[in-house]
Amino acid sequence: MMPIEIGAVLYVGAIGLVVIGIAGIVLSHHLFRIILALVIAEAGANLLLVLSGFRWDAIAPIITGGGATQTMVDPVPQAMVLTSIVIGVGVQALALSLTLRAYGAYKTLDIRELQRRMSADLAGEAGTPLPQSLEEPVGGRPLPAAEGDGR
Amino acid sequence: MRNLAALVFVGGLAFLLLVIFNQFDFAQAPMVIGQGILTDAPDRVGAANIVTAVVLGYRGIDTLGEISILFAASAAAGLVLGRRRADARRDPPGGFILRSGAALLFPLMLVVGFYIILHGHLTPGGGFQGGVILAAAFFLPLLARPETPVNHAGLSIVEGGAGAVFILTGLAALLQGGEFLQPLLDNGVLGELLSAGTLPLLYLAVGLKVGAELAGLMARLADVEVDEP
Amino acid sequence: MIWVAALLVAMMLVAAVTVLLVRNHIAAVAAASLVSLLLSVLFALLGAPDVAMTEAAVGAGLSSVILALALRRLGLGRVKDA
Repeated sequence: MMPIEIGAVLYVGAIGLVVIGIAGIVLSHHLFRIILALVIAEAGANLLLVLSGFRWDAIAPIITGGGATQTMVDPVPQAMVLTSIVIGVGVQALALSLTLRAYGAYKTLDIRELQRRMSADLAGEAGTPLPQSLEEPVGGRPLPAAEGDGR
Repeated sequence: MRNLAALVFVGGLAFLLLVIFNQFDFAQAPMVIGQGILTDAPDRVGAANIVTAVVLGYRGIDTLGEISILFAASAAAGLVLGRRRADARRDPPGGFILRSGAALLFPLMLVVGFYIILHGHLTPGGGFQGGVILAAAFFLPLLARPETPVNHAGLSIVEGGAGAVFILTGLAALLQGGEFLQPLLDNGVLGELLSAGTLPLLYLAVGLKVGAELAGLMARLADVEVDEP
Repeated sequence: MIWVAALLVAMMLVAAVTVLLVRNHIAAVAAASLVSLLLSVLFALLGAPDVAMTEAAVGAGLSSVILALALRRLGLGRVKDA
């Protein structure tokens, strides 16, 4: 009874972090908020990995005193998470520096605005017609006007 | 409409993950590789911290790839952020408490960082954690006195030298007739500072590399200027 | 242990939702740092002290510093207005 419960709690926590992070990435329109959501999703994925190596009544994989033969937690997922965390901060720093440059060039962090102006600039540089937006239908179908003006 | 589609996607993802992880027995099934490493590592690698044995011994190439990724990210961030203009506005210097606190903490953080790096094969810790603490130690004075010039060339030399030491240690193992990055030297006595062969050397290289990279990255990020709107 | 774990998980999820919902950006960074900090305690409970140290040093410390620095450069780092 007890083992099942705590396992469920931990898995719900890990999956909840992943889902909250990805929901933030998909739903948010602010570039900085998207990076924060990425950090959270990453943390959830790390927790999932560590959970996969967890065992009951096992100690941390460090030998103390004359090499006692007690069961230990699986060290391989821990080593992977160790590298994953450090890579995560590198990726995050790169994303932030790109964000800083984008803000310096366009003075906005709204991804819809950024995307519109970036594609306009690209099309202007290349001398091609402006690409059609994928979100709006090509024909003259009426859309509810207030859509997407929220956040 | 788009938000609705996104919400459906997120709900589906949550359901999928829950179903997948419902298949596994939580914390019961022993993993074959992990068990093998746990029994094999103390005699073969000689590191009391088995995670270190995995990071540097069994998965050394993984760590090499990881520090290359970190190098690429830090180099790309430096490229994107670029140099600051000479006439850009600087931050005001920190107050008295920040300045004296930085002067007081700098040697302590240096000692703690190197302690964590050098004991990485004995206790929890190692190159990544210690390297981050070293980076924080070198960033703190910069926070207190923003006008201090940052020696990016020196940081690059430390970074490149540490990376070269890591790769040369791996190549030395090849010369000895072993595999790339196979630990060399004697295993020594389990639990002593000079044990586990070349693992402390490798972790020192990793720590210096991570510290130099992250310190340079933070300095660049603190240094870049954006015109106030 | 189950209550400690449940409490940590609950606080972590609340902090994660806070990151997405709170209007102030500095508060969002602080909440993200809190998620990392609680996660590192959870790692320590799960028998992963190495990972816990890394998460506390990198996730809760360095990553927040980088985020806050970038936030100040973006001109969003004011505590008062959103």
